[in-house]
Amino acid sequence: MARPGQPVPPPAVPVPPGHLTHPPAVSRADLYPPTAPIPAIPAPVPPAVSAPPDARTAAAPWRPAPAGGNTAGSAGVIDDATARAARAAEPGMSAAPAAEPVIIAAPADPAAEPADPGLPAAIGPERTPPPGVGHVTPDGLPKLARRRDGSILGGVAGGIADHLHVPVLWVRATFALLAMMAGAGVVAYALLWIFVPQQAPSGGHAGADHVAATSPLERRQALGIAAVGVALLIVATALGFGQLLGWVLGPLGLAAIGGAFIWREADDARRARWRRTAAGIVGPSKASLWRLIGGCTLVIGGLSVFAVGQLDFMAVRSALIAVLLTLVGVAIITIPWWLRLVRDLGDERRGRVQERERAEIAAHLHDSVLQTLALIQRQAGDGREVQRLARSQERQLRTWLYGPAGYASAGGKPAPPSSTLAASLGEVAGEVEDTYAISVTPVIVGDVPMNQHLAALVAAAREAMVNAAKHAGVQEVSVYAEVEDGTASVFVRDRGSGFDPSDVGADRRGLVDSIRGRMERHGGSATVRSHPGEGTEVELTVSVTSAADGARWTAEQARQAAQEGESVSPDGTVQAHAEMKGASS
Amino acid sequence: MSHPVKVFLVDDHALFRAGVKAELAGLDDDRIEVAGEAGSVGEAVVRISSNPPDVVLLDVHMPDGGGRAVLEQVHRSLPEVVFLALSVSDAAEDVIAVIRAGARGYVTKTISGRELADAVVRVAGGDAVFSPRLAGFVLDAFSDRNGPAVLADPELDMLSPREREVLKLLARGYAYKEIASQLFISIKTVETHVSSVLRKTQKSNRYELSRWATDRRLV
Repeated sequence: MARPGQPVPPPAVPVPPGHLTHPPAVSRADLYPPTAPIPAIPAPVPPAVSAPPDARTAAAPWRPAPAGGNTAGSAGVIDDATARAARAAEPGMSAAPAAEPVIIAAPADPAAEPADPGLPAAIGPERTPPPGVGHVTPDGLPKLARRRDGSILGGVAGGIADHLHVPVLWVRATFALLAMMAGAGVVAYALLWIFVPQQAPSGGHAGADHVAATSPLERRQALGIAAVGVALLIVATALGFGQLLGWVLGPLGLAAIGGAFIWREADDARRARWRRTAAGIVGPSKASLWRLIGGCTLVIGGLSVFAVGQLDFMAVRSALIAVLLTLVGVAIITIPWWLRLVRDLGDERRGRVQERERAEIAAHLHDSVLQTLALIQRQAGDGREVQRLARSQERQLRTWLYGPAGYASAGGKPAPPSSTLAASLGEVAGEVEDTYAISVTPVIVGDVPMNQHLAALVAAAREAMVNAAKHAGVQEVSVYAEVEDGTASVFVRDRGSGFDPSDVGADRRGLVDSIRGRMERHGGSATVRSHPGEGTEVELTVSVTSAADGARWTAEQARQAAQEGESVSPDGTVQAHAEMKGASS
Repeated sequence: MSHPVKVFLVDDHALFRAGVKAELAGLDDDRIEVAGEAGSVGEAVVRISSNPPDVVLLDVHMPDGGGRAVLEQVHRSLPEVVFLALSVSDAAEDVIAVIRAGARGYVTKTISGRELADAVVRVAGGDAVFSPRLAGFVLDAFSDRNGPAVLADPELDMLSPREREVLKLLARGYAYKEIASQLFISIKTVETHVSSVLRKTQKSNRYELSRWATDRRLV
């Protein structure tokens, strides 16, 4: 996690989990620097090919332009790859440094093609974009343009088929069916013929290829479909059917135009995502097939009810049923879109949460660690002070990270400070650390809520720690506390000078007695083990009384304990401490 | 000891590696020598596998899975390499996780150079190293505080009274020699007890241990 240049390491950069473990991906990105974009693609690049500059070309500058000679498979791969690159380049998600997108997109280079062997096979020859297709959208699809070569009428159907990667037959059939509906298909074809530009003229060999692609069979088929369309139009008009459908077609046509606008205005990454989702709708899975069939049935049913209703029943009611059925059908067909929408929303929210978390960490580090470091720099000469600062900062950060209410504790309920024995002992140890610039490491097994006896235990333990800090002449004091079988024990141990308990000065004698006296007043005991040169261990034991007893720990008793603390403590800190205990419990 | 213990350092902080190296070298201790170092999980796995040291000093917190990732990738193929975990973290789940992944001991980074050298020599000799805090965690995990635990395997899931005494003294900051004299047993017996506790900590399915392990997706 050591990133010297970054003050705050981003906690969860949206990077594919595998990529850190594949250093080759990084080196590959180095192999293809932005200045040498396509070293490995020998495919002929027609002069007309041009990728409009946009955000994604900047994100993946080395991406090979989908050349005319490429197979549909590679176009698919590029489509997918650019989508990935585009997702990485989306604002809000790019918490990573600027170099990251290149690394992320690295697997998308031509070498990654073997990883998707199924793609070229899945996309049939029909979907192959014809060579010489003029402009190419950034996501690897040809722009909508009427076919110049091999057009039957205006080249509109062929152009749409190229654009959407669907067989041209479907497009033509759709136009024919639409023609039945008050001639909408004919109108649409005419409009497209007028407004869609014709493909730019291309190289000779490409044209030749394409002429071969339009076989006489296809030509006959196309003309047949056109004839069927016209026939349907005539029949529908003759039956008065078209006018009825016109009622429906009006709103539907508006919706279609709206959809086309959205499609047009959407940025390319979004469009690529939509296309993938659309593929999900008519995907190979059985469930999606049934969903599609069900949805279409409902839509058709709705339309039929509308039509029949016009003939037989009350118009309003049937219209309502029609609308309802149609809506349900549309909803069923578009379920994947909705799901995707919801997921996008979730992603965005997660991103926001991460952002907030980052800000929180940054703020905390600034307020605590950076301030302390500044202080340490200013007092670099005073080793003792530096040590004290570093220790107290370490303890604070540790509590923040690993404490019960800490940052890293997952759902642990935060215990109010000094409400339990463990918390109180930790607090006391911290105070002694700060005051005497030594290291006190408490190890605590088990825990109980505080009561007055335990408060006395903690106060006595503090005295023992202070004693060790003052007299033992060591840098470290071990504190071990355990709660077992209704008894709380604290061991305070140092490896310092030690003394002979049978032969001690009056001052120490007093401290030992004060510790022992206090413990005995609360029904506990204190044992001091020490030998000159071998350090000292003070063992304090008190029984953990019932919760009811603990509840009687009133403010008055707290005051009594505080006075008691005053009588034994030379510096009065115990008094303050005991008062705090009383207030908190 | 016939030859010095070869020590390998794994820590993503170059500054800390340099510090440990200098400290161990400054001890002028001919029992140990620093044989190599690595700054990432991948580097550590490659270097340890190509030239196995005797003891690996393993940082618990590193990118790409931390010390546990190294243990998981190396420990099975090289069981003779001993791991001693080194961490700034006091979180119980971190400590228990590396112990259960196969580390022979756990010490905090604030340990002095002399104590670290002793710990290295001890784990190289096949013993376990329990810091007071680790002893506290293990005592906590094996306690029956939340009512009697359901024991699948009493031999593994319970500490003997003697082991409990030894652990308590460890938690109180006693050295092995002091424990031996306190309990009137030999140092060898103390070592046997500690190793037995380590084995139980690694193998037991007690809820507390497996919960800590599951939190880190260890089991």
